[in-house]
Amino acid sequence: MTEIRIGFIPLVDVAPLVALKEIGFAREEGIEVSLHREISWSNIRDKLAVGLYDGSHLLAPMALATNLGLAGPPADLIVPYVLNLNGDVLCATSAFLEAVGLPPDAGAKDVAARIRAGALGRPVTFGVPFFFSTHHFLLRYWLASEGIDPARDVRIEVVPPPLMPEAIGNGVIDGMMVGEPWGSVAVDRGEASIFLSATEIWAGAPEKVFGMRRSWAEANAGAVQGLLRALYRASAWVQDPSNRVTLSELLAREAYLDLSAEVIERALSGDLTRTPQGLQGKIDRFVVFQDGASSFPWLSQALWLLTQMERWGFVSATPELQRVVRNTMAPNLYREALTPLGIAIPSANSKVEGALHESTPAASALGRLFLGPDAFCDGGVFDPAPSE
Amino acid sequence: MKIVVIDLQNERAGLIKEALAEAGFPDVVVVAETDRLLERLGELDPDAVLIDLEAPSRDMLEQMFEVSRQVKRPVAMFVDDTGESSIAAAVEAGVGAYVVNGLAKARIKPVMDLAISRYNAFTRLQTELDTAKAALAERKLIDRAKGILMKMRGIEEEEAYKLLRNTAMNQNRRIVEIAEGIVTTAELFHQ
Repeated sequence: MTEIRIGFIPLVDVAPLVALKEIGFAREEGIEVSLHREISWSNIRDKLAVGLYDGSHLLAPMALATNLGLAGPPADLIVPYVLNLNGDVLCATSAFLEAVGLPPDAGAKDVAARIRAGALGRPVTFGVPFFFSTHHFLLRYWLASEGIDPARDVRIEVVPPPLMPEAIGNGVIDGMMVGEPWGSVAVDRGEASIFLSATEIWAGAPEKVFGMRRSWAEANAGAVQGLLRALYRASAWVQDPSNRVTLSELLAREAYLDLSAEVIERALSGDLTRTPQGLQGKIDRFVVFQDGASSFPWLSQALWLLTQMERWGFVSATPELQRVVRNTMAPNLYREALTPLGIAIPSANSKVEGALHESTPAASALGRLFLGPDAFCDGGVFDPAPSE
Repeated sequence: MKIVVIDLQNERAGLIKEALAEAGFPDVVVVAETDRLLERLGELDPDAVLIDLEAPSRDMLEQMFEVSRQVKRPVAMFVDDTGESSIAAAVEAGVGAYVVNGLAKARIKPVMDLAISRYNAFTRLQTELDTAKAALAERKLIDRAKGILMKMRGIEEEEAYKLLRNTAMNQNRRIVEIAEGIVTTAELFHQ
């Protein structure tokens, strides 16, 4: 039996990988999976690159950054599967809200207005967990959509979730964009309020993906196909609300998140507690594990991330870089592996991002497929290449 | 050459600092976990940074790497000319190395090699220490169980040990597991 070593960071969106192992989806495909908790994304990236892991929970921009040679050891990674859309929250610390005269339940527009007005008398500092993270790009996108210049009006600092309480306590950050359950944990401690979710910035944002080394995937083609099928079943299981209680308990275990099941269940259901005073707020599609083609590795999503890297000056998107980014996503591997499941798979590799305000039928080889919603907060639309 | 060592384990950081000094790198500053890591590194202005891969602040250090791309001080993860093998050895040993200002690779190579060997040695020592501690704890537990048996059944030490060993053999369990059961039960009865 093949053993596949997978690294992960303790977050709610590791759920499909935990189900893959604990509910037995991997074993049904004759695969043994071992899950290894890591302290930093850099470690995960490096261990995947040098072969200590065969596959990994990755932030969507990470595999692109590696293949573009922007970070870490040289490696050639592929992304055949998107683990989830969204699941991040944007928080303001209680100290910040008080300092700028806002109530704990202040909305995003109010927070944006205070930042624009320079209410702190210094740039407002937001923490993000990693430089090449969806968090970072969505935060910048939202700031810009509110007329705030991320380079001038705010500071963005990398603060890993384990160090966030300390950074909040010392006033190093005024807010943070973070994956659940770490926003809810800060709310429960009375340290912050959740004022926006990633879903409200871009409803179709790929959050975590499953990455592998290209050479390993090619050398273990049979196991990889089985793994992707098992992962698809695991994602469907995770998405099913009737499994939520079991899943919360599983994720709460010491080996995974080591937190209360209750705080984990909030993120899975989208029923968030937004303020330390207990204000409840339901966010539709807060985190999506399996719906329509949510797990499909769209080239257009990767190309959008490239446009954001370019927008903020991290790269110059030459045709060569575009080619590298397209080549990182592996939609054909997804199709080959999942076709035997008889599910509806998109016929195209790319789509217009941001055009769907509700679930909409789309072309697929088998039956009817629904895509979206995938709207951006500013109503923007991203067309990767009109010819595709 | 100034080297900053970011390590949560004081003892190990001390060992590395000492070893580097012996190898001709006296200018070494150890930085423990801090929430103002980048500011601190800016002040220290090192040529190279060694970091414990168990440090959660590693992702913060990576930001410096990105920001530096646009400003004056290029920072890069150390990559050996010989290819992937030395990175793999470093990652496996649990240490990362970053070079600042395009420091010649030939100059950092010995620093990296030394860090890898010290990290591996430290892990080995720690494993040995953990094993020794566990063995000691087990022996104490068995001694307590023997004492309880001697008192309850009025038998000699040797006989108490035989009883433990035979029970373990019959149940296909370890002696320490039987001892643990006896100690726990005795504690329950005395509460």
